[in-house]
Amino acid sequence: MLPIVEHPAAAKKFVTDPNRSRWHDQALWFVRSKRDKQAASLPEWEYLRETASQIKTHTIANLAFYLQQFEDNAIARGAQVHWALDAAHHNEIVLGILKDHKTKRIVKSKSMLTEECGLNHFLEDNGIDVVDTDLGERIVQLRGETPSHIVLPAIHIKKEEVGDTFHQHLGTDEGASDPKYLTEAARGHLRSKFLAGEIGITGVNFAIAETGGIVVCTNEGNADLGTSLPKVHIACMGIEKLLPRQRDLGVFTRLLARSATGQPITSYTSHFTGPRDENSELHIVLVDNGRSRLRESESFRAAMHCIRCGACMNTCPVYRRSGGHSYRATVPGPIGSVLSPTRDQNTYKSLPYACSLCGSCTDVCPVKIPLHHQLLAWRGELVGKKLLPRSKRLAMKMASRLFRSPFLFALAGKLGRTALRVLPHWATHHSLNTWTIARELPKPPKESFRDWHRKHRAK
Amino acid sequence: MPVALFVPCYIDQFFPDVAIATLELLERLGVNVCYPEGQTCCGQPMANTGCNQDTEPVARRLVKLFADFDAVVCPSGSCVSMVRNHYGAYFSPDDAEFKHVTENTYELCEYLHDVIGLDHLDVKFPHRVSLHQSCHGLRELRLGQSSESMTERENKVRNMLNLVQGIQWVEPDRPDDCCGFGGTFAVNEADVSAEMGRARIADHCGKGSEVLASADMSCLMHLQGLIRREHNPIQVMHVAQILSGRPLGSV
Repeated sequence: MLPIVEHPAAAKKFVTDPNRSRWHDQALWFVRSKRDKQAASLPEWEYLRETASQIKTHTIANLAFYLQQFEDNAIARGAQVHWALDAAHHNEIVLGILKDHKTKRIVKSKSMLTEECGLNHFLEDNGIDVVDTDLGERIVQLRGETPSHIVLPAIHIKKEEVGDTFHQHLGTDEGASDPKYLTEAARGHLRSKFLAGEIGITGVNFAIAETGGIVVCTNEGNADLGTSLPKVHIACMGIEKLLPRQRDLGVFTRLLARSATGQPITSYTSHFTGPRDENSELHIVLVDNGRSRLRESESFRAAMHCIRCGACMNTCPVYRRSGGHSYRATVPGPIGSVLSPTRDQNTYKSLPYACSLCGSCTDVCPVKIPLHHQLLAWRGELVGKKLLPRSKRLAMKMASRLFRSPFLFALAGKLGRTALRVLPHWATHHSLNTWTIARELPKPPKESFRDWHRKHRAK
Repeated sequence: MPVALFVPCYIDQFFPDVAIATLELLERLGVNVCYPEGQTCCGQPMANTGCNQDTEPVARRLVKLFADFDAVVCPSGSCVSMVRNHYGAYFSPDDAEFKHVTENTYELCEYLHDVIGLDHLDVKFPHRVSLHQSCHGLRELRLGQSSESMTERENKVRNMLNLVQGIQWVEPDRPDDCCGFGGTFAVNEADVSAEMGRARIADHCGKGSEVLASADMSCLMHLQGLIRREHNPIQVMHVAQILSGRPLGSV
């Protein structure tokens, strides 16, 4: 059993440190603003979103058919296809391939799926040297942390802190924080790792059923380097990554980078269709890990549309101020708060409440997942399963009683307002009244509207 | 039949002048307004907590109470969104009273803009004003174009305020970032909520705004609580108060 995540407590340290939370907020808002400019540059933006949503809805509805088609075509192109029921199964499959090749060193490019499955730890426990080659992921890996964002894994770390980490692990000058200098150092360090890597592992952004090919999008070209040098390429993907046809891909590549980082396209969009040559191997691991269960849910199925662009995180006012680690999940932010409780309702029950229901995520999502309505739907599910704390359920029961009786409502209002007027400030503004920790209560008027109306408009 | 005025629970108890201003404005425009006695709340606090069983009787009460009116007008985007977009969970889709009420409940600016077609107001407000766009008004009722969306829309709240003479608009850097109220969120995630609110206030104050105007008093209740605690040089006012000619400092 995982410990229960209490988001407000997990976020406290980050959000109450203005130097961190305001800087983090600005950094992500900058990315969101770049996205807005890119989205506005395409007159067909909303049409693309709608088309992408329809393609995904269709694909998820016919998932078994397209998975079968993909497998057939991938095998026909010479790839080896593996099916993994869950995270443990996925990790065993990958380890099995490494053992078959007597491999001790692998180079990995970014894959949220392998994060979800905890592959790095599993392989390290089995004596494999794992090197993350995405710069952000490498920084996080050197620090013994996990990514705090699915596209920008080290967005929570300041450049000075990267300098300290690199000084410690890569021998850069003490106190150095120039991004160019640090990136150059990482480049040199990773180059030797690339050359020593025996097998390359990548994630998958899109898999095309009609061709059996996969597409990986990166900005650093690390997926290409990591799969060009070794003879064996293992590509790990969730079963929701499918697109029916090659021509569907353009809709998504146009949306992905614009939504993610505000670039027109990622620097590298790499297509792998079968192994490179007769001396090479391409293994594709298709992972379910709860996705079929998600697909069965009427309320949450649309979350399978997700292309992991991270736009909902960049725009989320809660994420921007509480940081990705406060969600204690591989995928943080709005989409993470929808997905995490599908894995374990009790552990992640506070996440659907870590949301002001502002709806910005829903409007920014390139595949039109109704994220804030799904978070609201989760709250209903959690209450139905009695997973909301008793005190909160009771408070709502009492509120409901009050609102069903105009007499009681008016009486409670009058008593409350009178108390606020006659009691000293300290008696109403204290740490037990959470509203008043940071704010004043409204100044209570003598008369409610209903009293005023009776006096002035009575007929 | 006259038009019913729906006054949200917290406006009734804490900000009666917002409801009085709404009533006076509608009366001045010749609308036959009635305030049905016995109204309380739309049920949103319970619904947004996920307590759907506790919401249902409250939603049913509201529909019953307003079923005989041609239209219902409410000075809150959030409460109107609750009725229009979320009441479906508590009624059968062919329930005639439910259909009538959800289809004919309007946020105040929406009613002035779409139904009355208001194009003139004899009101002055010679101040530097910035608009706080409430999320539910913007993204659930589409009273304007959200900054994420590329679908062009008129901004009904701003259009109505543009009928007032003397307003000098001041634009914050972030036109529609959430203020962090979010109902029970404000208490449940108090630290994040307060930090979100402070950022909004700093943005509006930094641009020299004197008045933070909004069509949702709930956002303003939260922001005003922070402003008063931190002594920020800005005031809040509901759009209805400005439209009905209230002077600065009415809240």
